Amino acid sequence: MRALAAALLTILAVLAGPAAANVAAPTAQDPVAARRSVDLARKLRCLVCQNQSIAESNADLAVDLRRQIDEQIAAGRTDAEIVAFMTDRYGDFVLYRPPLKATTVLLWAGPALLLLLAVLVLRRALRQQAKTPAPAPLTEEERALAARLLREQAAPGSDRTQ
Amino acid sequence: MIPEVGQLALILALLLAVVQGTLPLIGAQRGIGAWMELSRPLAAGQFLFVAIAFLCLAWSFLANDFSVLNVASNSNSQLPAHYRVAATWGSHEGSMLLWVLMLSLWMQAVSIFSQSLPREMLARVLSVMGMVSVGFLLFLLLTSNPFERLAPPAADGNDLNPLLQDPGMVVHPPMLYMGYVGFSVAFAFAIAALLGGRLDATWARWSRPWTTAAWCFLTLGILIGSWWAYNELGWGGWWFWDPVENASFMPWLVGTALVHSLAVTEKRGAFKRWTVLLAICAFSLSLLGTFLVRSGVLTSVHAFATDPERGLFILVFLAVVIGGALMLFALRAPQVGGGGRFETVSRESFLLANNVLLIVAAGSVLLGTLYPLVLDALSGGQTKISVGPPYFEAVFVPLMSPMVFLMGVGPVARWKQATLPELWTLLRWAFAVSLVVAVLVPLAAGGGSWGLRLGLFLALWILAATMVSVRERIRNFRGAVRERLAMQPRAWWGMILAHLGVAVFIAGVTVVGTYETERDVRMAIGDTVEMGGHVFRFDGTTEATGPNYRAARGTVTVLRDGREVLTLHPEKRTYNASGMAMTEAAISTGVLGDLYVSLGEPIDASTWSVRVYHKPLVTWIWAGCVLMAFGGLLALSDRRYRLRSSQRQREAVATSPA
Amino acid sequence: MNRFLLPFGIFLVLLGFLFVGLKLNPREVPSPLIGKPVPEFTLPQLHEPAQAFSPQSMRGRVWLLNVWASWCVSCRDEHPLLVEFARSNPVAIIGLNYKDKPDDARAWLAQLGNPYALSVSDRDGRVGIDFGVYGVPETFVIDKQGIIRHKQIGAVTADALREKILPLIRELEQG
Repeated sequence: MRALAAALLTILAVLAGPAAANVAAPTAQDPVAARRSVDLARKLRCLVCQNQSIAESNADLAVDLRRQIDEQIAAGRTDAEIVAFMTDRYGDFVLYRPPLKATTVLLWAGPALLLLLAVLVLRRALRQQAKTPAPAPLTEEERALAARLLREQAAPGSDRTQ
Repeated sequence: MIPEVGQLALILALLLAVVQGTLPLIGAQRGIGAWMELSRPLAAGQFLFVAIAFLCLAWSFLANDFSVLNVASNSNSQLPAHYRVAATWGSHEGSMLLWVLMLSLWMQAVSIFSQSLPREMLARVLSVMGMVSVGFLLFLLLTSNPFERLAPPAADGNDLNPLLQDPGMVVHPPMLYMGYVGFSVAFAFAIAALLGGRLDATWARWSRPWTTAAWCFLTLGILIGSWWAYNELGWGGWWFWDPVENASFMPWLVGTALVHSLAVTEKRGAFKRWTVLLAICAFSLSLLGTFLVRSGVLTSVHAFATDPERGLFILVFLAVVIGGALMLFALRAPQVGGGGRFETVSRESFLLANNVLLIVAAGSVLLGTLYPLVLDALSGGQTKISVGPPYFEAVFVPLMSPMVFLMGVGPVARWKQATLPELWTLLRWAFAVSLVVAVLVPLAAGGGSWGLRLGLFLALWILAATMVSVRERIRNFRGAVRERLAMQPRAWWGMILAHLGVAVFIAGVTVVGTYETERDVRMAIGDTVEMGGHVFRFDGTTEATGPNYRAARGTVTVLRDGREVLTLHPEKRTYNASGMAMTEAAISTGVLGDLYVSLGEPIDASTWSVRVYHKPLVTWIWAGCVLMAFGGLLALSDRRYRLRSSQRQREAVATSPA
Repeated sequence: MNRFLLPFGIFLVLLGFLFVGLKLNPREVPSPLIGKPVPEFTLPQLHEPAQAFSPQSMRGRVWLLNVWASWCVSCRDEHPLLVEFARSNPVAIIGLNYKDKPDDARAWLAQLGNPYALSVSDRDGRVGIDFGVYGVPETFVIDKQGIIRHKQIGAVTADALREKILPLIRELEQG
């Protein structure tokens, strides 16, 4: 029955088509505000979900919070104010970008510190190995062995070292 | 009956693993030949029994045996056959069985393809892998038995989660686990070398193909997972820095460092201790990933149902395996000694810098992933934060950019000793051209972010610098260019392709990030929306039925210059067994980009909200990864790994100073 | 020797954190409202919709705010404890009926007992958002000055009552 109705509608639409066919309007009343809303929602974490933003989630709380964001944007609040609204009620957990605080200094500085540490270690390793004595020159037997192996390498059909 | 056979097979495999983990190892330490010889047949036996167990579970799924709890929880009689098989690894228990299957597969492969490996080394390698196998088989049998029965049997199952009913589910976990588990081979080789006290270029040569193979699989596994998320989730995102994704990315980063480090150890005998440590770290991160996904310690969409008891078991296992390996490293590393010398500017030093940056990147990802946990623990549960994509992107890009830049310089630098002026002379035109194009494109096409310019520069730089390295490489050969290129070993071609893959990847990420367009519109039948040079016309929806779902199936016709070129069918599905709703986007995949259409909500009988995306070059993201994996595969098939050592060469190696 | 022990040492530290992590619950989000004044609101009462309630009227008393709903499964677990608490304790429990239908809510209380001095209807969940509610049930302990002093995430258990809530109430009553 529904299929029949759909078919009829389609036929009607096609007949009415060229006259009625429109350039589709954006779903949102205000696309700029909608863009802002989605961008903000992407930055906020859904507390009842398994690590999803409130933009992606269909949980009740996520829907409610998205509505809050839309209302606040319509009321003229800035992004910072809306984010503050969320963190006042839910804490920093709701932010995907951890704010820089005393508790997160190590987090934000960590990579740079790791890099610094690594570079220092690297420098020390390079200096130390520059100090190690050069390997002793080959003895006669070793030279002969090397020559023999190289001859075999050069023979056709054998593999070449890169 | 069949589930019981499976369970018995697992117990037998465990018994074999216990023997395999002990006797050959002792045999190698004490020189008992007979015990060392046991390692091959034991590995074969383990593979046989684990395979039987796996097939028993897969059969239970295929045959809809709802007296097995796992089948009843994760499958359904209406589920198409290939998804029923995939559901075998759709749960925690089943995926652990897949893990063990992969482990036994790799063990068997090592057993078969190591004919020229000294007996002690093979015995040690297989023993270490056997010990890992013991841990996982115990874990399966004691806490996560996939063959648990359900009495009375369910009439029908709960169905596989609709999000998992996608071709990606068939391929992604096996590939991923092949990669994860494959690093156990490199790990075993490292432990074997530390135990035997012999750590030299030959050891690196043996390790290298196994590590490269594991890396290839992991690359493929991650890229398939990413592409699957993109197809499935309706938003067109492809990486979320989710803890479980990070758990797969960290071994990949360390694995990449390891592959390069092994190259240096093999060729120049340098970095020995560092390479061994990397091999231990790569597999440790695999194990850590297993812990993170299954213990409930972190929240993730990918996490399995959690149980603290299971988490504790894995953690103890982690402590024993990784702790033991690192302690062995601490004890034996001083004896292993340093390696070949090289100057501060040389190919070795560039590779070392590459390693450093990759490790720091992996460390940063680990820091970001675990920081919430650390803070939570230190504050007694009072401080909870989230670390998400903004952090990871802010940290990862600055770390990786210098590494990518060095990727252009390294292959051009000579081993042991190179000079900066020489490198500048070779690369200055590549640098200039990349810089100029990277600045011009945004001017011409619009979009002026620094991210765009950086990404373009790096991608072009790799391309140009790689071309320079190709030119330099064939310079000293004779013959036509084509002949000279054909003469180069596959391992070298593998490197070129893999590096070009990185360039393609970066180009894809940068372009789609800057130039993708999206429209969220309400469409009545006949309405159109224009985007990216295409016109999208909504032609209504019909009702459709799939094997285990009902759907509203939309028809969107794509026109170009007034001509119909394409019809897309996005769907809004409701699955019968679970009642779960899912949006199935319709994607037209192309070399130059994707058109992505997804149904939102119905507004009235014939009007829907529809999201339409144009994503230029998005396929390059995965094409680049495929190139990387293919490069690795090519390197694997290099002639020198096809063992044809003559008897004399073996003797020569045996008598040469270690 | 000692520098080669470094990876082992780092691993031990990591292991320690992971071990502690097993005991933590990453889904439990502590409330930033502790120590802050209770959010202002005016909502209709569940049993007398013509009458409103606002937290101001509780000034000078220690009280509990319990967020509940008839569709909430865990609420059934804690309800007997709340009923018992209400019977044996002069401290008032105000119920915040969260995103529920008033008829269902009233029926639920009729069936399972009503420990609340009164309940208010938060039909669309806005007041819940102001309290940072993300899961039901949740319970807040509020002091005489109208400052939130404790949040119980999830159902109230006998242990939570004994170890945290009752001692806190005693302390606040004296202050």
